[in-house]
Amino acid sequence: MSRQRFRLVVDPVACDGAGVCAELLPELISLDPWGFPIMGPGEVPPSLVDLARRATVSCPRLALHLVRIDG
Amino acid sequence: MTAPMTAPTGPARLLDGIGSADVVRLDAHLARWGALPDVAARTLLESVDQSGLRGHGGAWFPAGTKWRSVAAGRSPVVVANGAEGEPASGKDRLLLHHAPHLVLDGASVAARAVGSKRVVVHVGEDSVSDVTAALIERERRGIDRCDFDIVVAPDRFLAGQESAVVNTVNNRNPGIPSFVALRPVREQGITGRPTLVQNVESLADVALIARYGPQWFRSVGTHDSPGTALVTVTGLWDAPRIVEVPLGTTLGSALGIPDERAATIQAVLLGGYGGGWLPTATALSMPFTEEAARSLGTSIGAGVVVLLPAGVCPLAEAARVVRYMEGEGAGQCGPCVNGLDVLATQLELLAHRPRSLRGGTSAFPTLCGLVEGRGACHHPDGVARFVRSALDVFGDHAALHLQRGPCQTTRPFLPVPATTGAVR
Repeated sequence: MSRQRFRLVVDPVACDGAGVCAELLPELISLDPWGFPIMGPGEVPPSLVDLARRATVSCPRLALHLVRIDG
Repeated sequence: MTAPMTAPTGPARLLDGIGSADVVRLDAHLARWGALPDVAARTLLESVDQSGLRGHGGAWFPAGTKWRSVAAGRSPVVVANGAEGEPASGKDRLLLHHAPHLVLDGASVAARAVGSKRVVVHVGEDSVSDVTAALIERERRGIDRCDFDIVVAPDRFLAGQESAVVNTVNNRNPGIPSFVALRPVREQGITGRPTLVQNVESLADVALIARYGPQWFRSVGTHDSPGTALVTVTGLWDAPRIVEVPLGTTLGSALGIPDERAATIQAVLLGGYGGGWLPTATALSMPFTEEAARSLGTSIGAGVVVLLPAGVCPLAEAARVVRYMEGEGAGQCGPCVNGLDVLATQLELLAHRPRSLRGGTSAFPTLCGLVEGRGACHHPDGVARFVRSALDVFGDHAALHLQRGPCQTTRPFLPVPATTGAVR
């Protein structure tokens, strides 16, 4: 059975730039000059999936989504 | 009754049936094109697939792919989209005025193909009377199997964006896009139903594909961009004019621009305010197709072509456009709200106060990178493309500004309406 693969997606309408995600997951998320998150490209490394999931539930606007990559 | 064997053979297709008539009424429409053939949904889907038709609203998405996806869902809705928020485009309004029945035929075909009973005609205030008159004629004849409603599009740049259309019809945040990356409109749109939003020109093409077939449709154009495109040309004649261009021909030949005239054109804007600038020679000699435009870093978008004349400062024009686009943003996404304002300010400095611009033009690529791909819709991506191409094509002009100061004389040229302003 193959392992599930994920990517992080931010809903830019919901996001208000609180910056919690970048604090919890600096390996994958940085902030732009205005405090809005910039996602690292591609798949979330398996070792970071649990942390990424924690970041999604910690977002005060629930703007961060961990999305399964199909196939 | 089947379609007469008089499929258009010349370069004009959609505009062929209009002739000298102001409005092609239903009788004249049926006399020219015949009634729509009675064909099963599956056959219609196959025809549109095989025709290779792509969306003429600006995204050039393959129509067949979208139709199949919508057809797979339950009780879908079809939108004939003629909002045309792009200030330099007039082709959708022209089509709705002169040949509304081609558009409505196409919408009727789309509804049958995807299994929909409801069509929403989404148009600007200007087109409401044209569409109303045409719908009354059709109702009297009872020629459609679906119900048509008209919904008025708000007068703003983003009104025609797919998710903004859905919001307008749902009467929730009208004219404002949503974040739909995780749940596309074709799966969940108007009142939660799968929704096919198709540009009115594409639907007019469908009206002819349903009559004459995909092979006929492909007899003009290229493999990847078959058929024709209605192009709104600004800067060649006294007023903007709409021309039907066979895809794959060059603009130079389609518009009949002599070399000495071309020499007076500073540069060409393709694809409107979310498109990009090209050097005149490149724009007039490339095959007019979406794939050629993309390979040059732009898009033909909704078929907007602007020929920039001499005596106009291109940087002042770029600054006006980007400030307008900033004001037309939905005001929802942080990177777009912040980034477009900074981009507009930097361009205003470059155009009018170049000596105050620290670091010259070096900040622009980074700023463009900060907005690209970071909005709920592609508004910031289009602005970034416009800005990058302006600095590319007008790089020498920018250097002159930085060395010698701004242009002493210029005049506004590009159509830039008063902005509606952000909603928040």
